[in-house]
Amino acid sequence: MDDAVHLQAAAVLEEAYSSGVPVPPLVESFPGLTVEDAYAVQQVQLASRLEGGARVVGYKVGLTSAVMQAQIGVDEPDYGFVTDEMVFLENAAVPVVRFLQPRVEPEIAFVLGRDVAGPVTVAELLGAVEYVVPALEIIDSRVADWKIGLVDTVADNASSGAVVLGSRPTHLGEQDLRLAGCNLFVNGALVGTGAGGAVLGSPLTAALWLVNTLGARGVTMRAGQVVLSGSVTASVPVAAGDTVSARIAGLGTVTTRFA
Amino acid sequence: MTESSWSVERAARVLLDAEQDVEAQTSIVAEWDELDLRTAYQVQDAALELRKERGEVVVGVKLGVTSKAKQQQVGVDSPSTAWLTDVMVLPAGEPVPQDRMIHPRVEPEIAFVLGSRLEGPGVTATEALAAVKHVVGAIEVIDSRFSGYKFTMMDAIADNNSSGYYVSGPVSVAPEQLDLSLEAVLLEVDGEIVDSATGAAVHGHPAEALAFAANTLGERGLALEPGWVVLTGGMTDAVPVRPGARLAAHFTSLGSISLSGG
Repeated sequence: MDDAVHLQAAAVLEEAYSSGVPVPPLVESFPGLTVEDAYAVQQVQLASRLEGGARVVGYKVGLTSAVMQAQIGVDEPDYGFVTDEMVFLENAAVPVVRFLQPRVEPEIAFVLGRDVAGPVTVAELLGAVEYVVPALEIIDSRVADWKIGLVDTVADNASSGAVVLGSRPTHLGEQDLRLAGCNLFVNGALVGTGAGGAVLGSPLTAALWLVNTLGARGVTMRAGQVVLSGSVTASVPVAAGDTVSARIAGLGTVTTRFA
Repeated sequence: MTESSWSVERAARVLLDAEQDVEAQTSIVAEWDELDLRTAYQVQDAALELRKERGEVVVGVKLGVTSKAKQQQVGVDSPSTAWLTDVMVLPAGEPVPQDRMIHPRVEPEIAFVLGSRLEGPGVTATEALAAVKHVVGAIEVIDSRFSGYKFTMMDAIADNNSSGYYVSGPVSVAPEQLDLSLEAVLLEVDGEIVDSATGAAVHGHPAEALAFAANTLGERGLALEPGWVVLTGGMTDAVPVRPGARLAAHFTSLGSISLSGG
């Protein structure tokens, strides 16, 4: 499809952000929209954010679990961008009014120590990772009732919302991210458990897919940028007043609260 | 069958016969509404007596319905216990005995081997953990004697919590060396990861499940004995096992267990 359609679709999503009113699936409003179109729609939104002074601080990988991929009917993950205004400090109040239908996921985040341009091997990627931190991703959908397929979630920046990074960086060193346990709590109650391997077999696989997929599109990941590698458990809905924390073996805890 | 024809002894025999003949039954509660919690455990204990008569030896206890998700599915708010005997031990490397099972499913679990006796009521998780000699990973191969796994909680307790077989993992670890709430498992079927979970999914902590077992047995005047194995309950949902399937459970600190679907 041509650029005009991409601009129109991006405008529909941007309107949903500013009005707070979710929109019908884009595949209904723009029949024939492909995954490539959807990434172009994502790019249009990124360009307008950059124009507004935002900067890219990292990327998120989505659709990384077997359950999610089966739900959406895909066998590959997707990605979205993370800009500086999407990052919240640990324990700082996150205003839920920023979101339309927020949910939270516990994740393992990689922070790069130097630039990486895909294609790279997993060994090269490991060499570029400065540290890992536990993270909470607030996912959100501008599409009503989360009625998303692959095209809709890609166009909608991989259903991203915001990110909270834990305060304790850990060197990858001897961490076994694949078998690291993760417990997710909302208001002190256990709501989900999992192991790092729930993310594409290993969070490293997700990070490698991202770096190489971006590389194929001519995008270099920069030192200091963050890779959110995908949810270890099923996501849970959150509301104002909720406190959410995730504990990941070897990496510690990350906590956020919603106001 | 009419209502009046059911009794503790008859239910125990029907369920054991179903296991022996590999033939599924329909719900007993549907025909016998007097099958309450107390009676269900009486059926389970009567079946154990029949097992002992044919030479089986008690080797431990298993817990069922220990996860909150499972409790909500079944509509109960506490776990249940059942008996493990020596014939339920599946040696490492042995396939799932499909010909002796109706519709087997697997669940990865954290298992305790007891070093000292635990007798409830009043046992706390801390006391329970102090009685543990070591911790092992396990894969339990459950099987229900009820067709389509359609049963009530009482049916399931009478049916020895869908007991089948269990395989123990290769690594024994002292409990104080583990953070059992974060001890994780990846469950693989045919090389694909199908689920993952941690020990926290087991009644908040596997030691809480152990304390529950000691306390609920204590109410019936029974205790957990040294050397017994306690299977603390499925960490993930149970997954059906097809013949020919390749199963594996990978634990953070308790090693990996491979199991052929038979």
